[in-house]
Amino acid sequence: MNLTLKVWRQAHADDRGEIKTYEANDIPEEASFLEMLDIVNEQILEKGDDPIHFDHDCREGICGMCSLNINGVPHSKEKGITTCQVHMRKFRDGDTIWIEPFRAKAFPIVKDLVIDRTAFDRIVAAGGYVEVRTGSAVDANSVPISKPDADAAFDAAACIGCGACVAACKNASAMLFVGAKAAHLNLLPQGQPEKDKRVLGMVRQMDAEGFGNCTNQYECEAVCPKEISADVIAKLNRDYAKAAVKEAVGR
Amino acid sequence: MNSLGKSLCAFWNSSIGKKIVVAVTGILLVGFLLGHMAGNLLVFAGREAMNDYAYFLHHMLHGAGIWFARIGLLVAVVLHIVATVSLTLHNKASRQEKYEHEATVQASRSSRMMIVSGLIILAFIIFHILHFTVRVDSGLADLKDPLDASRHDTYGMVIAGFNVPWVVLFYVVAISLLCSHLSHGIASIFQTLGLRSAKTEKATKALSWGITILLWIGFLIIPLTVLLNIVNDKEAAGQAAIENSAVHNLTGYRPSLNQVPSAE
Repeated sequence: MNLTLKVWRQAHADDRGEIKTYEANDIPEEASFLEMLDIVNEQILEKGDDPIHFDHDCREGICGMCSLNINGVPHSKEKGITTCQVHMRKFRDGDTIWIEPFRAKAFPIVKDLVIDRTAFDRIVAAGGYVEVRTGSAVDANSVPISKPDADAAFDAAACIGCGACVAACKNASAMLFVGAKAAHLNLLPQGQPEKDKRVLGMVRQMDAEGFGNCTNQYECEAVCPKEISADVIAKLNRDYAKAAVKEAVGR
Repeated sequence: MNSLGKSLCAFWNSSIGKKIVVAVTGILLVGFLLGHMAGNLLVFAGREAMNDYAYFLHHMLHGAGIWFARIGLLVAVVLHIVATVSLTLHNKASRQEKYEHEATVQASRSSRMMIVSGLIILAFIIFHILHFTVRVDSGLADLKDPLDASRHDTYGMVIAGFNVPWVVLFYVVAISLLCSHLSHGIASIFQTLGLRSAKTEKATKALSWGITILLWIGFLIIPLTVLLNIVNDKEAAGQAAIENSAVHNLTGYRPSLNQVPSAE
């Protein structure tokens, strides 16, 4: 199949950047989206030009490294998958495809489609963990956890930290990510001792990073490759309100 | 600053804290709207019921009650606006470089124009207060109840005020925008206060749309039935004045006071 690509090219962080048009010819429809970019890059390299830079790692939808806004939607309009799992058979011969980086003030562009998502790491460092005794592993069933709680925590823990939620949000808000990371631990008994500290720390770090505010439009939920529900945002709001009140009254 | 003050500042400065302020003031304002609508519907019960209700509002707690309500509403409105404008400015700053090709998957149109609908509603509130509360139009301000000349004729004012087509058109547009605002706003209250979940989603959606539609019908049925002359001022004085005003008066209704019958 033959395609026209409109790709964001930006030489470095301070470059203005612009959309450049590329013709992608003879693309096999069984190729993945990233393989299609690999083919285009080979053609660019043959001409001696700078290839299109993009993030990728596992290419099987679990690492959270690939990104890309494809035709305006993070990870494309296909539901519940990452960019690396999008296949060219989902497009039609002659299509024009817009490819842009995930855009947010908190995710500065490094080059072309490569973005810096370390803001997420700093949010996790601000409370997205449990402090446990090291040593031999504790028996798996020593702490009873109800099946609904275990399932809800597992659903939240499915977050791969790709940042599609931020990219899709009209306000570049990170609430789905922070909600998932907090809910994953707050739902479990192991997460209880540090629950309030965790929520306050992570939300404050999120605000400090310059992410926007949630306006309850749930664009994040619609594009999340792991289909994490915006219910985790409601839980984050609830947990934050409780923690803030406790902090105010000094408990 | 003591630790409570610091905590309150931190709460206001956090994204979630400010949103909780928006949600709580939103609840107060929706509660006011429901009460206001219920009171307004007394227009269908006739002049006496409507004017008794207006008299009660102005005289409860020896006249202090209405000022408690007004100050409370003013504080709620100011907090709601300051918080949302501040959040919106912050949101704009969070993505400085816009997408060249942007798509929307599921965000409703209403949710994407909240700040615009909100600010137009603010303009409407100012107009509405000047129209029916401050009564800048002396024709509406000087009306006397034909049943009791010692008090203002709220009923006559509503009938006269809504006999002006452009005023009714403005009310229809503003109330429709208000309901667009509420269709997203009421559902958002549940999410922001952490009350929404997969279990409660259907109920919160139904409640949110139910209140929105109820308010839309409840508020607009009054100006529309008045304009279509389904509800009218049966007392002679009012009727004469309406005929006077509807034809050529942009600002409403200007009766001559000597037309108003005395109390006896």
